[in-house]
Amino acid sequence: MEFLVVLKRDCETCQLVEPVLAGLRDEFPLTLYSQDDPTFPEGLGGALDDTSLEKSWRLGVDTVPTLVRIENGQEISRTEGWDCAEWVRVTGIKTLGEGLPPFQPGCGSISVEPGMPERLALKFGALTLVSRVIEVDEMDDPAEIAYDQGWTDGLPIIPPTDLRIARMLTGTTRDPGEILGAIPPNLIDCTIEKAAVNAVMAGCRPEYFPVVLATVEAALKPEFSMHGLLATLWFSGPVVIVNGPITKRIGMNWGGNVLGQGNRANATIGRALQLIIRNVGGGRPREIDRSVFGNPGKYTFCFPEDETDADWTPLNVARGHAPGTSTVTLFHGDGVQGLADQKSRDAESLARSLAMGLCAVCHPKLAQWSNAILVLSPDHYNIFKNHGWGRAKIEAALWEALKRPGRDLITDAQGIGVGIDPSRANEMVDKFHPGGLLVVRAGGPGGLFSAVIGGWTAHRKHEEVQIVSKEIGT
Amino acid sequence: MSGYTMRDPTAETTAVRRNRIPPKAVLANATIGLLSISKERSEEFLDTVEAQLTKRGLKILRYAKPTHTKPAPESVIQDIVEHCDVIVEGLAD
Repeated sequence: MEFLVVLKRDCETCQLVEPVLAGLRDEFPLTLYSQDDPTFPEGLGGALDDTSLEKSWRLGVDTVPTLVRIENGQEISRTEGWDCAEWVRVTGIKTLGEGLPPFQPGCGSISVEPGMPERLALKFGALTLVSRVIEVDEMDDPAEIAYDQGWTDGLPIIPPTDLRIARMLTGTTRDPGEILGAIPPNLIDCTIEKAAVNAVMAGCRPEYFPVVLATVEAALKPEFSMHGLLATLWFSGPVVIVNGPITKRIGMNWGGNVLGQGNRANATIGRALQLIIRNVGGGRPREIDRSVFGNPGKYTFCFPEDETDADWTPLNVARGHAPGTSTVTLFHGDGVQGLADQKSRDAESLARSLAMGLCAVCHPKLAQWSNAILVLSPDHYNIFKNHGWGRAKIEAALWEALKRPGRDLITDAQGIGVGIDPSRANEMVDKFHPGGLLVVRAGGPGGLFSAVIGGWTAHRKHEEVQIVSKEIGT
Repeated sequence: MSGYTMRDPTAETTAVRRNRIPPKAVLANATIGLLSISKERSEEFLDTVEAQLTKRGLKILRYAKPTHTKPAPESVIQDIVEHCDVIVEGLAD
């Protein structure tokens, strides 16, 4: 039987147990490791030098002092801090610690200080990154190198150093080598590590990373048609709507300025997806991306739904996920169109009013051509809520109000060439395909207006191009 | 060297740059493939092209992507490579 103790000078409890260690060494072989000063404890002739923290890291030490009992080279038991009864149990020496207080908590191990576990995992080989190393000369600026290499969307990136990547990888339980899928347009397999490199560059925190991974996986579902969305002439890019408890846990903003700037999670999750498509998939504007205009959301477009009203059915639940599940829903969306109605005071009027605005999506004379998101503001929602209307009733009323006589919409009707097929002149025509209008609650108070996010014109091929959802994992 | 390093965020692949096959100087005896990308009026456009080329005595083969929202399947591309000397791809919104 032998014992091993990890300690540091900068710890009163480690200093307290010095006489205990002397007593223990009289009975059994004892090896001491010091994290900060190998001359400590002087009374015992110092300790082995663990200022590299390798021993502490390999032992998984969280607290100093940590006492470990070893038999035949195997750890049998351990205790942390100073708890006399525990030390007696681990050592079997009943007289240990006489004259000392019965208990004094230990101090944090240097090996678990913030950022240190990832540093040590890299240093001691527990994490090996395989992406190509880019060396940065001291005369060079890493941000400029990123521009020169074509890695950025036009905005600066956070340089993806090993330590930052390692920290990003702590956000997931998945293996860095696992393949997420093939990223269009070049259909290159993307590993968790490559996703982490790009998430670092986008500015994500590790706790956002599971959302990024779910977003990428959702975008790769064949029915989402990410390749086509990238290549389209139309404005659209991926719009990410996040639902569930994770939105609060990672500090997303569903309130004022929800579709604007200022919140790190909102801003960087959508950007990470775009950077992965750019850098791993090779999808770049004015190359495979043929968009005539694009839209500012192609830098990033991600926001959570406001789920603070218990009467409201969240989008993901309406789409079939269990309540309390965290998900991403991906839509092929354009920019934001404001829709003001400061006069409607009853639910019926407001539903008809919002529907009138939604009819303009893509073109007022087109139908079942592109889908839309209606972002319902708190003030508009309150009008519905005060009339006892929830999601189902709002959606049903919008659906009815979005039916229009085909004769008004057919080609050349109203003296305008664009329009639907003349054979539909006698039909009442729906504006959207079933499931093609997403109603999402978000935004701040104070405005009787809502937001419309128009969708991709390929939504007219509604069996080939679909809105997708994915549960967020760990 | 400062010892500062970053990791490459790209796929780390380099596409082989292949030269395009030079366009045929003379179309006589050529087989012309007409590929519809399956947008609404692609067929209409390619019908017109076919009529024009048929008048010139050229052999025409017609192809279509199943959907314009996704890349052409490999089998369609291979058929074209196997049977055609020239390909015309039709957008036609």
